[in-house]
Amino acid sequence: MEDVVPLLLLLLCVSSAAAQLCAPDASNGYKVRLSLLTALGDEAYVWNDSEMFLFRAAMAFAMRTADGQNYNVSNVLVCDETPRVSFWFVVTSPLNSSLLVERRQVEEAVRKSRNRINSAFLLTDNTLEFLGIPPTLVAPTPPSSPPWLIVFGVVMGAVGAGIVLVLGTSVMQSRREKKKAQTGFEEGEEESRAEGNGAASDSVYNLSFSDDDRLTQM
Amino acid sequence: MGKTKDSEVEERAKWDNKLQYLLTCIGFAVGLGNIWRFPYLCQIYGGGAFLIPYLIALVFEGLPLLYLELAIGQRLRMGSIGVWNSISPMLGGIGIASMIVSFLVGIFYNTILAWVLWYFFHSFQNPLPWSQCPVNANLTGYNEECVKSTPANYFWYRETLNITPDIETSGSLQWWLVICLASAWCVVYICFIRGIKSIGKAVYVTTTFPYLVLTIFLIRALTLPGSIDGLVYLFTPDWEILKNPQVWLDAATQIFFSLSVAFGGLIAFSSYNEERNNCERDAVVVGVINSATSLYASISIFAIMGFKATNGFNSCRNENIMSLTNHFEFSEQNITLENYNDWFEYLNRTSPDDLASLNLKHCDLQTFLDQSASGTGLAFIVITEAVIEMPGSQIWAILFFVMLFSLGLSSMFGTIEGVLMPINDLKLVPKWIPSEVVTAIICLIAFLTALIFTLGSGNYWVEVFNGYVGSVPLLIIAFFEITAVAYGRGMKTFSEDIYFMTGKRPSIFWKACWMVISPLMLLVVFVAYVAIQAQTHPSYPSWDPDYELFPQTKMLKYPDWVFAIIILLCVLPVISIPVVALYKLICCSIKKSSARGELNPYCNDSFEVETREQKSQTP
Repeated sequence: MEDVVPLLLLLLCVSSAAAQLCAPDASNGYKVRLSLLTALGDEAYVWNDSEMFLFRAAMAFAMRTADGQNYNVSNVLVCDETPRVSFWFVVTSPLNSSLLVERRQVEEAVRKSRNRINSAFLLTDNTLEFLGIPPTLVAPTPPSSPPWLIVFGVVMGAVGAGIVLVLGTSVMQSRREKKKAQTGFEEGEEESRAEGNGAASDSVYNLSFSDDDRLTQM
Repeated sequence: MGKTKDSEVEERAKWDNKLQYLLTCIGFAVGLGNIWRFPYLCQIYGGGAFLIPYLIALVFEGLPLLYLELAIGQRLRMGSIGVWNSISPMLGGIGIASMIVSFLVGIFYNTILAWVLWYFFHSFQNPLPWSQCPVNANLTGYNEECVKSTPANYFWYRETLNITPDIETSGSLQWWLVICLASAWCVVYICFIRGIKSIGKAVYVTTTFPYLVLTIFLIRALTLPGSIDGLVYLFTPDWEILKNPQVWLDAATQIFFSLSVAFGGLIAFSSYNEERNNCERDAVVVGVINSATSLYASISIFAIMGFKATNGFNSCRNENIMSLTNHFEFSEQNITLENYNDWFEYLNRTSPDDLASLNLKHCDLQTFLDQSASGTGLAFIVITEAVIEMPGSQIWAILFFVMLFSLGLSSMFGTIEGVLMPINDLKLVPKWIPSEVVTAIICLIAFLTALIFTLGSGNYWVEVFNGYVGSVPLLIIAFFEITAVAYGRGMKTFSEDIYFMTGKRPSIFWKACWMVISPLMLLVVFVAYVAIQAQTHPSYPSWDPDYELFPQTKMLKYPDWVFAIIILLCVLPVISIPVVALYKLICCSIKKSSARGELNPYCNDSFEVETREQKSQTP
């Protein structure tokens, strides 16, 4: 009985120390918010202690990747869980468990491994939010040729080909008609003379008279 | 050589069949305005109630003018200049006015088609470029201008137009718009190459395709949530609005501009008809189909707008729900769209301060439905935003823009025909130049002139042309047309013409309209229109990212030099009417004073003498 009391006191001290390290609005902590139903709908998993363990492990992995030091799951402290699924976390240094890692270092680590952390939970930047760490935007890869120019090229090519085709056929047709007309020149003259005589006297201009000069040439 | 030249001269080109002619006229009348002007007017003028002034204007103003143009073109079988010259040489100015207006309208209308082509070319990407903001230069966030407005607005104003803050800053030529404009003119050219032979074939597609797309859109939109709200909102009539004279004025101007009269295009098209063709039935068919199309289009558009409004309303509420959930740390999806109101009241009772601190947006479906847009704003911003939210956006975007392009192209046919045929009539071009080359030259000149609209300030200039060239001169021309026929040619002669063509004389209704009702309506509309425009200094909305209230548009007044250009654009087409009349008057009096009498270029005295001699010689 006498051994238990100092142990209990020790536990109390440690837990209260831990509680003091992690608190909402802690200076070196970040708030995390997950939106499982929004992201996964029917396939959403339930948030329980195992998932929380995974988060702490993922954070430890991120810190290891960024820092190089041997972070452990016990270095990631979590508090103030809500039904929303949001909580605060802080990271303690592996060398001294009462010393918190600087905010900036945590941010760097999260940024670096953001993709890995997201995929561990099947979430995205929008559904696994680290409040205060905005996601870096993907640099747009400029496409080799803008897609709209390709469509434009296709359409204009078709139109251009159409114009050339139509103009070509009309030129060939007029050449053929010229040849035919030259052989039928004499018959044509007789006909046009006869037509030229018939003058309609209404207010509409009779266009057959415009063949004037040819008839008078004879 | 002789025979073919005769047949070219005597045999006027004609339509392959009646259907081509009707489709061409319908295509000319049905244009972009049916899609983006009529639904807007319906919306702001009390829904179903607007149909009453609209139909009255159609019957008393639209149909008589349409019938008149088709009849006069078919009877006199010439383009707009030839027709008016035949009625009286002093009225030739009407034709020239029509030609100038057609040219001016054609150049800005095709610019709109160039914009449609640009959007069409961009519809083949996933995701659609107007659905998301581009990232800014140092990759820390999205482009500021885009974030403040919306991605669709940004894509239209910045990436398409690259618009300057006001009309005075011209900016530079936007190369992408130049090549889109060149493509638009090439498409117009290829349809016009063979004159009405090629147009007649093109209209089978360009006139019928929009109806197909409108139907597809209607069916799709009706299956989307919220479309019924949009339709109910559209058709709920507000009878009080009929007391406002502005409604009647807008109905009259809408029907007038919608039917595309006074461009000279309808006269040109009907001149290719056979002489004995029932033009009364044609006119009624074209007029009724045009109005029916406006109505049908507004049903589709409003189903889509209803869907968009519901989406906007739901996202507004979802944003509020997210704020509430995050602040009060409820578990997700505890608050849903259905129980949002109950939760809101509960939270208001229990923790009103917290609620106030969140600054929740007030979401009201009516506000979203009230967001009206017309013109390019409707097509390129509102509908494109709606299309993003529909599954399979690329298909819908492609369909929509091809539809807009067909609508515009078929209207361009009439407009360009209104320019080409007078050039033929005036015999400005020597005969040895083939018609294909003349068409190409006109298209080239129009393209070069339209380069103004590809500058940074191009959109402002399109609005200037749209608002002023496409309105006042047409009213004046139409007034002169109707009085020239009713009083210049004479109702008696015109009735005889119609009897000759259709086999029956026009009824008392048509005569009353032509002689009294339509000219009176046109005069009243013209005076009212000018009076209303003159009341305020004309101003325009400008897109200025540096404006404090951005993304709202800033209303700026037109500077004086632009105002002078506006006056010039209104006066220039119309000035030809009195100028030509004066010219002919002076020429006539000069000719009368000289003893030679009138020279008829088609009557060569020497020819007559020869033939008399020949007749006496030949057996």
